[in-house]
Amino acid sequence: MKMTVTVNGEPVTADVEDRMLLVHYVRDVAGLTATNIGCDTTSCGACTVLLDGESVKSCTILAAQADGSEVVTVEGLAGADGELHPMQSAFRAEHGLQCGFCTPGMVMAAVSLLRENPAPTEEQVRSGLEGNLCRCTGYHNIVRAVLAAAEAGTAEPGTGVAR
Amino acid sequence: MIPATFSYRRATSVDEALGLADEFGEDAKFLAGGHSLLPLMKLRLAVPEVLIDVGRLRDLSYIRDAGDHIAIGALTRHHDIEHSALAARELPLLACAAGHVGDPQVRHRGTIGGSLAHADPASDLPAAVLALDATLVATGLSGAREIAAGDFFLGLFETALEPGELLTEIRVPKPAAAGWSFQKFTKRAIDWAIVGVAVQGDSVGLVSMASTPMRAIAVEEALAGGASVAEAASRAAEGTSPAADINASRGYREHLARVLVARALDESRSRAAPGAA
Repeated sequence: MKMTVTVNGEPVTADVEDRMLLVHYVRDVAGLTATNIGCDTTSCGACTVLLDGESVKSCTILAAQADGSEVVTVEGLAGADGELHPMQSAFRAEHGLQCGFCTPGMVMAAVSLLRENPAPTEEQVRSGLEGNLCRCTGYHNIVRAVLAAAEAGTAEPGTGVAR
Repeated sequence: MIPATFSYRRATSVDEALGLADEFGEDAKFLAGGHSLLPLMKLRLAVPEVLIDVGRLRDLSYIRDAGDHIAIGALTRHHDIEHSALAARELPLLACAAGHVGDPQVRHRGTIGGSLAHADPASDLPAAVLALDATLVATGLSGAREIAAGDFFLGLFETALEPGELLTEIRVPKPAAAGWSFQKFTKRAIDWAIVGVAVQGDSVGLVSMASTPMRAIAVEEALAGGASVAEAASRAAEGTSPAADINASRGYREHLARVLVARALDESRSRAAPGAA
Protein backbone atom coordinates (compact mmCIF):
# COMPACT_ATOMS: atom_id res chain seq x y z
CA MET A 1 0.00 0.00 0.00
CA LYS A 2 1.06 3.58 -0.56
CA MET A 3 1.63 5.39 2.69
CA THR A 4 3.33 8.32 4.35
CA VAL A 5 4.96 8.48 7.75
CA THR A 6 6.55 11.65 9.02
CA VAL A 7 9.92 10.52 10.34
CA ASN A 8 11.90 13.03 12.40
CA GLY A 9 9.87 15.85 10.86
CA GLU A 10 10.30 14.73 7.24
CA PRO A 11 7.45 13.05 5.35
CA VAL A 12 8.53 9.68 3.98
CA THR A 13 6.21 8.28 1.32
CA ALA A 14 6.53 4.77 -0.09
CA ASP A 15 4.53 1.95 -1.63
CA VAL A 16 5.23 -1.01 0.63
CA GLU A 17 3.92 -4.50 1.34
CA ASP A 18 0.95 -4.57 3.68
CA ARG A 19 2.91 -6.81 6.03
CA MET A 20 5.90 -4.49 6.39
CA LEU A 21 6.74 -3.73 10.01
CA LEU A 22 7.33 -0.18 11.17
CA VAL A 23 10.90 -0.95 12.18
CA HIS A 24 11.66 -1.99 8.60
CA TYR A 25 10.00 1.16 7.28
CA VAL A 26 12.25 3.22 9.54
CA ARG A 27 15.44 1.32 8.71
CA ASP A 28 14.97 0.28 5.09
CA VAL A 29 12.63 2.90 3.64
CA ALA A 30 13.58 5.98 5.64
CA GLY A 31 17.18 4.72 5.83
CA LEU A 32 17.57 5.47 9.54
CA THR A 33 19.43 2.54 11.02
CA ALA A 34 20.03 3.67 14.61
CA THR A 35 16.81 1.91 15.61
CA ASN A 36 17.89 -1.67 16.22
CA ILE A 37 16.08 -4.94 15.77
CA GLY A 38 16.87 -7.01 18.83
CA CYS A 39 14.54 -9.78 19.92
CA ASP A 40 11.87 -9.11 17.30
CA THR A 41 9.30 -10.38 19.83
CA THR A 42 8.17 -7.24 21.71
CA SER A 43 10.47 -8.05 24.61
CA CYS A 44 13.77 -6.20 24.44
CA GLY A 45 12.80 -2.65 23.45
CA ALA A 46 15.78 -2.08 21.15
CA CYS A 47 13.38 -1.00 18.41
CA THR A 48 11.61 1.61 20.57
CA VAL A 49 10.63 4.80 18.74
CA LEU A 50 8.11 7.53 19.49
CA LEU A 51 4.84 7.14 17.59
CA ASP A 52 2.80 10.31 17.86
CA GLY A 53 4.88 11.20 20.90
CA GLU A 54 4.68 7.92 22.81
CA SER A 55 7.16 5.08 23.08
CA VAL A 56 6.26 1.97 21.09
CA LYS A 57 8.06 -1.17 19.95
CA SER A 58 8.33 -0.78 16.20
CA CYS A 59 8.86 -4.52 15.63
CA THR A 60 5.24 -5.12 16.64
CA ILE A 61 3.51 -2.43 14.64
CA LEU A 62 2.69 -2.63 10.97
CA ALA A 63 3.98 0.28 8.95
CA ALA A 64 0.41 0.57 7.70
CA GLN A 65 -0.79 1.22 11.24
CA ALA A 66 1.52 4.24 11.38
CA ASP A 67 0.35 5.67 8.06
CA GLY A 68 -0.22 9.40 8.56
CA SER A 69 1.50 9.42 11.94
CA GLU A 70 4.66 11.02 13.28
CA VAL A 71 7.61 8.87 14.21
CA VAL A 72 10.70 10.11 16.03
CA THR A 73 13.84 7.98 16.19
CA VAL A 74 16.99 8.67 18.16
CA GLU A 75 18.41 10.40 15.06
CA GLY A 76 15.66 13.00 15.45
CA LEU A 77 16.54 14.08 18.97
CA ALA A 78 19.62 16.22 18.45
CA GLY A 79 19.34 19.80 17.26
CA ALA A 80 20.07 20.81 13.68
CA ASP A 81 23.47 22.06 14.83
CA GLY A 82 24.23 18.68 16.34
CA GLU A 83 23.59 19.77 19.91
CA LEU A 84 22.59 16.68 21.84
CA HIS A 85 19.17 16.23 23.37
CA PRO A 86 19.38 16.45 27.20
CA MET A 87 18.69 12.74 27.43
CA GLN A 88 21.56 11.97 25.07
CA SER A 89 23.83 14.30 27.04
CA ALA A 90 22.82 12.64 30.27
CA PHE A 91 23.52 9.15 28.87
CA ARG A 92 26.97 10.36 27.84
CA ALA A 93 27.73 12.15 31.10
CA GLU A 94 26.55 9.26 33.27
CA HIS A 95 28.05 6.57 31.04
CA GLY A 96 24.60 5.11 30.46
CA LEU A 97 25.78 2.65 27.86
CA GLN A 98 28.29 -0.11 27.43
CA CYS A 99 28.02 -1.92 24.08
CA GLY A 100 25.43 0.58 22.89
CA PHE A 101 23.01 -1.81 21.23
CA CYS A 102 20.10 -1.08 23.55
CA THR A 103 20.89 2.63 23.72
CA PRO A 104 18.71 4.07 20.93
CA GLY A 105 15.65 2.26 22.27
CA MET A 106 16.59 2.99 25.87
CA VAL A 107 16.92 6.72 25.13
CA MET A 108 13.56 6.85 23.31
CA ALA A 109 11.82 4.97 26.12
CA ALA A 110 13.39 7.39 28.61
CA VAL A 111 12.27 10.44 26.61
CA SER A 112 8.71 9.09 26.58
CA LEU A 113 8.94 8.34 30.30
CA LEU A 114 9.90 11.93 31.18
CA ARG A 115 7.18 13.33 28.94
CA GLU A 116 4.64 11.44 31.04
CA ASN A 117 6.40 11.96 34.36
CA PRO A 118 8.94 14.81 34.32
CA ALA A 119 10.16 14.21 37.89
CA PRO A 120 10.19 10.45 38.45
CA THR A 121 11.59 8.66 41.47
CA GLU A 122 14.32 6.09 40.93
CA GLU A 123 11.72 3.36 41.36
CA GLN A 124 9.52 4.98 38.72
CA VAL A 125 12.46 5.18 36.33
CA ARG A 126 13.21 1.50 36.86
CA SER A 127 9.61 0.42 36.30
CA GLY A 128 9.26 2.92 33.43
CA LEU A 129 12.14 1.23 31.63
CA GLU A 130 10.87 -2.30 32.28
CA GLY A 131 10.29 -2.78 28.55
CA ASN A 132 13.94 -2.28 27.63
CA LEU A 133 16.64 -4.87 28.19
CA CYS A 134 20.37 -4.13 28.46
CA ARG A 135 22.32 -7.32 27.92
CA CYS A 136 25.41 -5.66 29.39
CA THR A 137 23.24 -5.22 32.50
CA GLY A 138 24.27 -1.59 32.68
CA TYR A 139 21.06 -0.54 34.32
CA HIS A 140 22.46 1.48 37.21
CA ASN A 141 24.07 4.10 34.99
CA ILE A 142 21.07 4.16 32.67
CA VAL A 143 18.80 4.92 35.62
CA ARG A 144 21.27 7.55 36.80
CA ALA A 145 21.25 9.13 33.35
CA VAL A 146 17.47 9.35 33.25
CA LEU A 147 17.35 10.87 36.71
CA ALA A 148 20.04 13.36 35.68
CA ALA A 149 18.07 14.29 32.57
CA ALA A 150 14.97 14.81 34.69
CA GLU A 151 16.99 16.96 37.09
CA ALA A 152 18.32 19.01 34.17
CA GLY A 153 14.79 19.68 32.98
CA THR A 154 13.38 19.25 29.53
CA ALA A 155 14.34 22.51 27.80
CA GLU A 156 16.10 21.14 24.78
CA PRO A 157 17.20 21.76 21.25
CA GLY A 158 16.14 19.53 18.41
CA THR A 159 13.12 18.94 16.27
CA GLY A 160 10.66 20.17 18.83
CA VAL A 161 8.76 16.90 18.69
CA ALA A 162 10.18 15.15 21.70
CA ARG A 163 10.02 17.68 24.50
CA MET B 1 10.39 -12.17 11.48
CA ILE B 2 7.79 -10.87 9.11
CA PRO B 3 4.19 -12.10 9.02
CA ALA B 4 2.96 -14.17 6.08
CA THR B 5 1.35 -12.17 3.31
CA PHE B 6 -2.04 -10.69 4.04
CA SER B 7 -4.21 -7.87 2.80
CA TYR B 8 -4.52 -4.83 5.10
CA ARG B 9 -7.85 -3.02 5.24
CA ARG B 10 -8.47 -0.03 7.47
CA ALA B 11 -11.97 0.54 8.81
CA THR B 12 -13.11 4.10 9.42
CA SER B 13 -16.31 3.14 11.23
CA VAL B 14 -17.77 0.20 13.14
CA ASP B 15 -20.20 -0.39 10.28
CA GLU B 16 -17.38 -0.50 7.76
CA ALA B 17 -15.45 -2.92 9.99
CA LEU B 18 -18.48 -5.21 10.28
CA GLY B 19 -19.06 -5.01 6.54
CA LEU B 20 -15.46 -5.99 5.81
CA ALA B 21 -15.71 -8.85 8.31
CA ASP B 22 -18.85 -10.05 6.55
CA GLU B 23 -17.20 -9.77 3.15
CA PHE B 24 -14.06 -11.71 4.06
CA GLY B 25 -15.51 -14.13 6.59
CA GLU B 26 -13.18 -16.56 8.31
CA ASP B 27 -10.19 -15.35 6.30
CA ALA B 28 -10.21 -12.06 8.20
CA LYS B 29 -9.18 -10.98 11.68
CA PHE B 30 -9.75 -7.67 13.42
CA LEU B 31 -6.56 -5.79 14.31
CA ALA B 32 -6.60 -3.34 17.23
CA GLY B 33 -3.24 -2.57 18.90
CA GLY B 34 -1.85 -5.74 17.38
CA HIS B 35 0.24 -6.66 20.40
CA SER B 36 -1.33 -10.09 20.74
CA LEU B 37 -2.10 -10.83 17.10
CA LEU B 38 1.05 -9.64 15.32
CA PRO B 39 3.42 -11.78 17.45
CA LEU B 40 1.25 -14.82 16.64
CA MET B 41 1.33 -13.91 12.94
CA LYS B 42 5.11 -13.60 12.99
CA LEU B 43 5.28 -17.14 14.37
CA ARG B 44 2.71 -18.35 11.78
CA LEU B 45 0.44 -19.42 14.65
CA ALA B 46 -2.14 -17.12 13.08
CA VAL B 47 -2.25 -16.71 9.31
CA PRO B 48 -5.22 -14.49 8.44
CA GLU B 49 -5.54 -13.50 4.81
CA VAL B 50 -7.10 -10.15 5.65
CA LEU B 51 -6.48 -7.83 8.59
CA ILE B 52 -9.25 -5.36 9.32
CA ASP B 53 -7.61 -2.52 11.24
CA VAL B 54 -10.08 -1.10 13.76
CA GLY B 55 -7.33 0.73 15.63
CA ARG B 56 -8.44 4.16 14.47
CA LEU B 57 -12.03 3.91 15.60
CA ARG B 58 -11.47 6.55 18.25
CA ASP B 59 -15.15 6.60 19.16
CA LEU B 60 -14.53 3.18 20.74
CA SER B 61 -11.92 4.64 23.09
CA TYR B 62 -13.50 5.99 26.27
CA ILE B 63 -14.05 5.42 29.98
CA ARG B 64 -17.43 6.75 31.10
CA ASP B 65 -19.45 6.78 34.28
CA ALA B 66 -22.77 5.22 33.27
CA GLY B 67 -24.45 5.32 36.67
CA ASP B 68 -24.39 1.80 38.03
CA HIS B 69 -21.46 0.79 35.86
CA ILE B 70 -18.38 2.11 34.13
CA ALA B 71 -18.51 1.81 30.35
CA ILE B 72 -15.17 1.24 28.65
CA GLY B 73 -14.77 1.35 24.89
CA ALA B 74 -13.13 -1.77 23.53
CA LEU B 75 -10.32 0.23 21.92
CA THR B 76 -9.33 1.95 25.14
CA ARG B 77 -5.63 1.33 25.63
CA HIS B 78 -4.11 -0.21 28.74
CA HIS B 79 -2.20 3.06 29.21
CA ASP B 80 -5.45 5.03 29.28
CA ILE B 81 -7.08 2.73 31.83
CA GLU B 82 -3.91 2.70 33.95
CA HIS B 83 -3.92 6.51 34.11
CA SER B 84 -7.66 7.18 34.21
CA ALA B 85 -8.79 9.08 37.32
CA LEU B 86 -12.28 7.59 36.89
CA ALA B 87 -10.91 4.05 36.72
CA ALA B 88 -8.63 4.70 39.70
CA ARG B 89 -11.61 5.88 41.74
CA GLU B 90 -14.26 3.37 40.67
CA LEU B 91 -12.31 0.38 39.36
CA PRO B 92 -8.90 0.40 41.04
CA LEU B 93 -8.51 -3.34 40.39
CA LEU B 94 -8.86 -2.83 36.65
CA ALA B 95 -6.57 0.22 36.63
CA CYS B 96 -3.96 -1.73 38.56
CA ALA B 97 -4.23 -4.79 36.30
CA ALA B 98 -3.98 -2.59 33.19
CA GLY B 99 -0.78 -1.12 34.61
CA HIS B 100 0.67 -4.62 34.92
CA VAL B 101 0.17 -5.55 31.26
CA GLY B 102 3.50 -5.90 29.43
CA ASP B 103 5.51 -2.70 29.66
CA PRO B 104 4.92 1.01 28.90
CA GLN B 105 5.43 0.53 25.16
CA VAL B 106 2.95 -2.35 25.06
CA ARG B 107 0.45 -0.36 27.13
CA HIS B 108 0.70 2.51 24.64
CA ARG B 109 -0.65 0.19 21.94
CA GLY B 110 -2.58 -2.70 23.49
CA THR B 111 -6.33 -2.35 24.07
CA ILE B 112 -8.70 -3.89 26.60
CA GLY B 113 -10.94 -5.22 23.83
CA GLY B 114 -8.03 -6.75 21.98
CA SER B 115 -6.76 -8.42 25.12
CA LEU B 116 -10.17 -9.87 26.05
CA ALA B 117 -10.99 -11.02 22.52
CA HIS B 118 -7.58 -12.69 22.29
CA ALA B 119 -8.53 -14.72 25.40
CA ASP B 120 -5.06 -15.72 26.49
CA PRO B 121 -5.36 -17.37 29.94
CA ALA B 122 -1.99 -15.82 30.85
CA SER B 123 -3.29 -12.28 30.26
CA ASP B 124 -3.99 -9.97 33.19
CA LEU B 125 -7.23 -8.27 32.17
CA PRO B 126 -9.45 -11.33 31.62
CA ALA B 127 -9.05 -12.40 35.25
CA ALA B 128 -9.84 -8.85 36.37
CA VAL B 129 -13.05 -8.56 34.34
CA LEU B 130 -14.10 -11.98 35.65
CA ALA B 131 -13.59 -10.88 39.26
CA LEU B 132 -15.45 -7.66 38.48
CA ASP B 133 -18.44 -9.48 36.91
CA ALA B 134 -18.17 -7.35 33.78
CA THR B 135 -20.49 -7.60 30.81
CA LEU B 136 -19.06 -7.55 27.31
CA VAL B 137 -20.90 -6.01 24.37
CA ALA B 138 -20.47 -7.74 21.01
CA THR B 139 -21.67 -5.91 17.92
CA GLY B 140 -22.52 -7.63 14.66
CA LEU B 141 -24.39 -6.70 11.52
CA SER B 142 -27.65 -7.66 13.21
CA GLY B 143 -26.99 -5.47 16.26
CA ALA B 144 -25.40 -5.63 19.69
CA ARG B 145 -25.71 -8.27 22.39
CA GLU B 146 -24.39 -8.59 25.92
CA ILE B 147 -22.23 -11.48 27.08
CA ALA B 148 -21.40 -12.00 30.76
CA ALA B 149 -17.64 -12.20 31.31
CA GLY B 150 -18.24 -15.62 32.90
CA ASP B 151 -19.71 -16.87 29.61
CA PHE B 152 -17.15 -15.22 27.35
CA PHE B 153 -13.99 -17.30 27.67
CA LEU B 154 -14.59 -20.72 26.13
CA GLY B 155 -11.11 -22.12 25.56
CA LEU B 156 -7.54 -21.27 24.72
CA PHE B 157 -7.80 -18.18 22.48
CA GLU B 158 -11.50 -19.00 22.08
CA THR B 159 -14.40 -16.74 23.04
CA ALA B 160 -18.17 -16.53 22.68
CA LEU B 161 -17.80 -13.95 19.90
CA GLU B 162 -19.54 -15.14 16.75
CA PRO B 163 -17.78 -14.85 13.38
CA GLY B 164 -18.01 -11.26 12.24
CA GLU B 165 -18.80 -9.88 15.69
CA LEU B 166 -16.67 -7.08 17.10
CA LEU B 167 -16.21 -6.57 20.83
CA THR B 168 -17.22 -2.92 21.26
CA GLU B 169 -17.71 -2.16 24.96
CA ILE B 170 -16.93 -3.53 28.40
CA ARG B 171 -19.45 -2.67 31.12
CA VAL B 172 -18.06 -3.03 34.60
CA PRO B 173 -20.49 -2.73 37.52
CA LYS B 174 -19.35 -0.41 40.26
CA PRO B 175 -18.10 -2.86 42.89
CA ALA B 176 -20.30 -3.31 45.95
CA ALA B 177 -17.33 -4.46 48.04
CA ALA B 178 -14.48 -1.99 48.25
CA GLY B 179 -11.56 -4.31 48.85
CA TRP B 180 -9.45 -5.41 45.92
CA SER B 181 -6.04 -6.80 45.08
CA PHE B 182 -4.04 -7.78 42.02
CA GLN B 183 -1.16 -10.21 42.42
CA LYS B 184 1.12 -11.12 39.53
CA PHE B 185 4.00 -13.51 39.95
CA THR B 186 6.70 -13.24 37.29
CA LYS B 187 10.38 -13.94 37.00
CA ARG B 188 11.09 -10.70 35.12
CA ALA B 189 9.11 -7.46 35.12
CA ILE B 190 7.61 -7.75 31.64
CA ASP B 191 6.85 -11.47 31.63
CA TRP B 192 3.43 -13.04 31.49
CA ALA B 193 2.14 -14.06 34.89
CA ILE B 194 3.29 -17.51 35.95
CA VAL B 195 0.22 -17.22 38.16
CA GLY B 196 -1.90 -14.14 38.77
CA VAL B 197 -4.83 -13.36 41.05
CA ALA B 198 -7.46 -10.62 40.78
CA VAL B 199 -9.70 -10.05 43.79
CA GLN B 200 -12.65 -7.73 44.19
CA GLY B 201 -14.50 -8.27 47.45
CA ASP B 202 -14.97 -12.04 47.65
CA SER B 203 -14.72 -12.57 43.88
CA VAL B 204 -11.48 -14.18 42.76
CA GLY B 205 -10.11 -14.42 39.20
CA LEU B 206 -7.11 -16.57 38.30
CA VAL B 207 -4.45 -16.03 35.62
CA SER B 208 -2.58 -18.98 34.05
CA MET B 209 -4.38 -21.68 36.04
CA ALA B 210 -6.27 -23.35 33.15
CA SER B 211 -6.72 -23.09 29.39
CA THR B 212 -9.04 -20.16 30.06
CA PRO B 213 -9.05 -17.34 32.56
CA MET B 214 -11.22 -18.57 35.42
CA ARG B 215 -12.89 -17.83 38.74
CA ALA B 216 -11.64 -19.60 41.85
CA ILE B 217 -15.07 -21.04 42.61
CA ALA B 218 -13.97 -23.17 45.58
CA VAL B 219 -12.39 -20.12 47.25
CA GLU B 220 -15.50 -18.03 46.68
CA GLU B 221 -17.75 -20.76 48.07
CA ALA B 222 -15.56 -21.14 51.13
CA LEU B 223 -15.66 -17.40 51.78
CA ALA B 224 -19.44 -17.38 51.34
CA GLY B 225 -19.60 -20.17 53.90
CA GLY B 226 -17.70 -18.11 56.44
CA ALA B 227 -14.25 -19.63 56.00
CA SER B 228 -11.16 -17.70 57.03
CA VAL B 229 -8.79 -16.32 54.41
CA ALA B 230 -6.34 -19.13 55.13
CA GLU B 231 -9.02 -21.80 54.82
CA ALA B 232 -10.45 -20.30 51.63
CA ALA B 233 -7.04 -19.78 50.02
CA SER B 234 -6.08 -23.40 50.68
CA ARG B 235 -8.73 -24.34 48.11
CA ALA B 236 -7.37 -22.04 45.37
CA ALA B 237 -6.14 -24.88 43.15
CA GLU B 238 -9.41 -26.84 43.27
CA GLY B 239 -10.98 -27.12 39.85
CA THR B 240 -7.93 -25.71 38.09
CA SER B 241 -5.88 -27.43 35.38
CA PRO B 242 -2.71 -25.40 35.01
CA ALA B 243 -0.16 -26.28 32.35
CA ALA B 244 3.40 -27.30 33.08
CA ASP B 245 5.90 -25.29 31.07
CA ILE B 246 9.42 -23.93 31.19
CA ASN B 247 8.48 -21.57 34.03
CA ALA B 248 6.63 -23.85 36.38
CA SER B 249 5.36 -27.35 36.99
CA ARG B 250 1.67 -27.92 37.55
CA GLY B 251 2.27 -28.47 41.26
CA TYR B 252 4.24 -25.25 41.55
CA ARG B 253 1.43 -23.29 39.92
CA GLU B 254 -1.08 -24.87 42.30
CA HIS B 255 1.10 -23.85 45.23
CA LEU B 256 1.47 -20.33 43.86
CA ALA B 257 -2.30 -20.04 43.46
CA ARG B 258 -2.83 -20.85 47.13
CA VAL B 259 -0.13 -18.43 48.27
CA LEU B 260 -1.19 -15.59 45.98
CA VAL B 261 -4.90 -15.95 46.73
CA ALA B 262 -4.10 -15.69 50.45
CA ARG B 263 -2.00 -12.58 49.84
CA ALA B 264 -4.68 -11.08 47.62
CA LEU B 265 -7.50 -11.71 50.09
CA ASP B 266 -5.42 -10.28 52.93
CA GLU B 267 -4.58 -7.17 50.92
CA SER B 268 -8.16 -6.78 49.76
CA ARG B 269 -9.45 -6.96 53.31
CA SER B 270 -6.89 -4.46 54.56
CA ARG B 271 -7.95 -2.05 51.81
CA ALA B 272 -11.64 -2.54 52.61
CA ALA B 273 -11.10 -1.78 56.29
CA PRO B 274 -7.90 0.22 56.71
CA GLY B 275 -6.41 -0.23 60.14
CA ALA B 276 -8.68 -3.15 61.02
CA ALA B 277 -6.22 -5.76 59.81
